[in-house]
Amino acid sequence: MKVAAKTANEAMAEAMRQINPDVVAAYPITPSTEIVQIFSQFVADGLVDTEFVPVESEHSAASACTAAAAAGARVMTATASQGLALMNEVLFVTAGLRLPMVICEIARTLSAPINIHCDHSDTMDQRDTGWMQFYAEDSQEAYDLVIQAVKITEEAFLPAMVSADAFILSHSLQRIEMLDDKDVQNFIGEHKTPFSILDTDKPITVGPLDLQDYYFEHKRSEAQAMRDAGKVIEKVFSDFGKKFGRKYNLIEEYKMKDAKRAIVLMGSTAGTAKEVVDTLRADGEKVGLVKVFAFRPWPTEEVNQALKNAEYIGVMDRAEGMSGFGAPLFTEIRSSLYDENKNPDIYGYVYGLGGRDTTPGDIKKVFDDLKKVENGKKLDRNNYLGVRE
Amino acid sequence: MGINLKELSKQEDFFTSGHRACAGCGPAIALRQALLVAGKDTVVSFSTGCMEVVSTIFPYTAWKVPYIHSLFENSAATMSGVEAAYNALKRKGKIKKDINLIAFGGDGGTYDIGLQALSGAMERGHNMLYICYDNQAYMNTGIQRSGATPYGASTTTSPSGKVIPGKTRRRKDLTEIMAAHNIPYAAQASISDWRDYMTKVEKARSIKGPKFIVVFAPCQLGWYYKKEDTIKIADMAVKSRFWPLYEVENGVHKITKDPKKVIPVEDWLKLQGRFRHLFKGENKKIIEEIQREVDMRWERLKKLEEAGL
Repeated sequence: MKVAAKTANEAMAEAMRQINPDVVAAYPITPSTEIVQIFSQFVADGLVDTEFVPVESEHSAASACTAAAAAGARVMTATASQGLALMNEVLFVTAGLRLPMVICEIARTLSAPINIHCDHSDTMDQRDTGWMQFYAEDSQEAYDLVIQAVKITEEAFLPAMVSADAFILSHSLQRIEMLDDKDVQNFIGEHKTPFSILDTDKPITVGPLDLQDYYFEHKRSEAQAMRDAGKVIEKVFSDFGKKFGRKYNLIEEYKMKDAKRAIVLMGSTAGTAKEVVDTLRADGEKVGLVKVFAFRPWPTEEVNQALKNAEYIGVMDRAEGMSGFGAPLFTEIRSSLYDENKNPDIYGYVYGLGGRDTTPGDIKKVFDDLKKVENGKKLDRNNYLGVRE
Repeated sequence: MGINLKELSKQEDFFTSGHRACAGCGPAIALRQALLVAGKDTVVSFSTGCMEVVSTIFPYTAWKVPYIHSLFENSAATMSGVEAAYNALKRKGKIKKDINLIAFGGDGGTYDIGLQALSGAMERGHNMLYICYDNQAYMNTGIQRSGATPYGASTTTSPSGKVIPGKTRRRKDLTEIMAAHNIPYAAQASISDWRDYMTKVEKARSIKGPKFIVVFAPCQLGWYYKKEDTIKIADMAVKSRFWPLYEVENGVHKITKDPKKVIPVEDWLKLQGRFRHLFKGENKKIIEEIQREVDMRWERLKKLEEAGL
């Protein structure tokens, strides 16, 4: 174990070095460029034996990685924003072919208007692709989640993206505890695949035309893999926790035990929210936080369990979703809790779009709003935080 | 090795019968001929298109070599990934064999939507062969014009009408575009001249680095000719010099077939329904323009060859 100061970009690049994937195909995009740059240097210095493919687009990055995975290689890439959006078409293929792959993703907003800063609109855009999605709160989590994602993706036969917030995490130095190289290698183990398109003695056809008579069954089995992935994730999280002392769960509960009012969110804002929870708790307020690590697969049971005693819930989305109703996390939470006996009052807050700073005051406003609701005041179902109206 | 018909007749097919291509399908012939040369230790990637659709309807496959199809525009990027995996796994001793890597695409998937991925793959220098089967339009979706569709041809998105006489733009010269990537080998072939085509595939196989072949493969359904005439139509394209057979090896052009009896391009055009409208009234001048361009391009090619360029 080594303590180091790393940005999330550096931490993820270091994780990639320790994982030492067979193939990395990548394309530069702000703010994830650095991951690829640092990794290229590792290749140039002979610190990894990865075949690095500097492709001409993210579409080709995802295509090359997907094909390399079908050829039996352990594959990774890094991207953000428009890059992830350009990969969209390929991401369905990776998942549909049930291939393991990990993307180090930096959550950045999507054009238009063009903006290089943080929000979750890029990853939310990919939520139906069949990829698992993990959201880090800090560099440590980004690092740990990337290492665990390799094992998860290879055991679940579904690809995974680990997302860290643009600039807030990608470019901020933080203290992290790094594992020893050999511990990472031992943890992820040797990559094994049930088939390879490089095996010319056992030729197989990958990606055939699948018509009305089979397509549905294949999609059904893919959906089942996503339903079953939660157990795979928990097992890998548990192994990691036992070995290295940092135990992850599909969600993180922060002071939720007796919380009457709760906020649900993902990513770096959790740090600010914990601070606000502590302050309000010191004043005797029964408030708490649920941080969702895994947005895909959606952890229904865990979310419901964590929120079972909460009466007033504010769901904070760093993406709009443009549904004309509620943002993505809000609708998931509300849908999950529908089957619960108690009927909690749930409000949506869209915040921090395009990197708009989210202050403790903003978080406190959500808790204050929920208190006003408790006191009988009416609140819009969906709200915006920190925007000039 | 020379391409020997007697030997080839004993060779196992790796693109086999049972696929569902139309009678008289030119591209199916192009695939079979390429695989006869490439042999068992070959991995194939495919872009979306006619040949992908007809050869892999689940749970059947016409391929007896490993095959991967991902999307329409990424056959070259897909094969880039396969090659990277091959290099990595070979270096680690997990693969011992030498394997041929061939990416296929139709003209839509190559000249148009897949050009960026192909250009990138060639520039990066992956050790692979890309074969474009060129039937000069988007046939899988129903005969729409592509960057390969020749001037004057009527397609469903460049139809001949009362005021527009078919496609108004000339086709891209993809072979020259690929040669301009400074790759070791780029060539033009035709299914009619099987020995020439297969020799080119064999030659490409022996060269390390990125290689490109575009093979002329007529489509009876989209070009409106009799289905038994596929080879004849391909042959006439070569003999009229509409489709010269040549190669560019390390930047040097070489014509691989100089037709002894050159036929007027009009003879070739008139057998195809897609050019029928050119034989009416005012449009006849388009035939003259096509002939002029064919002659000009041939002259250019001859001069390049003579100059050793």
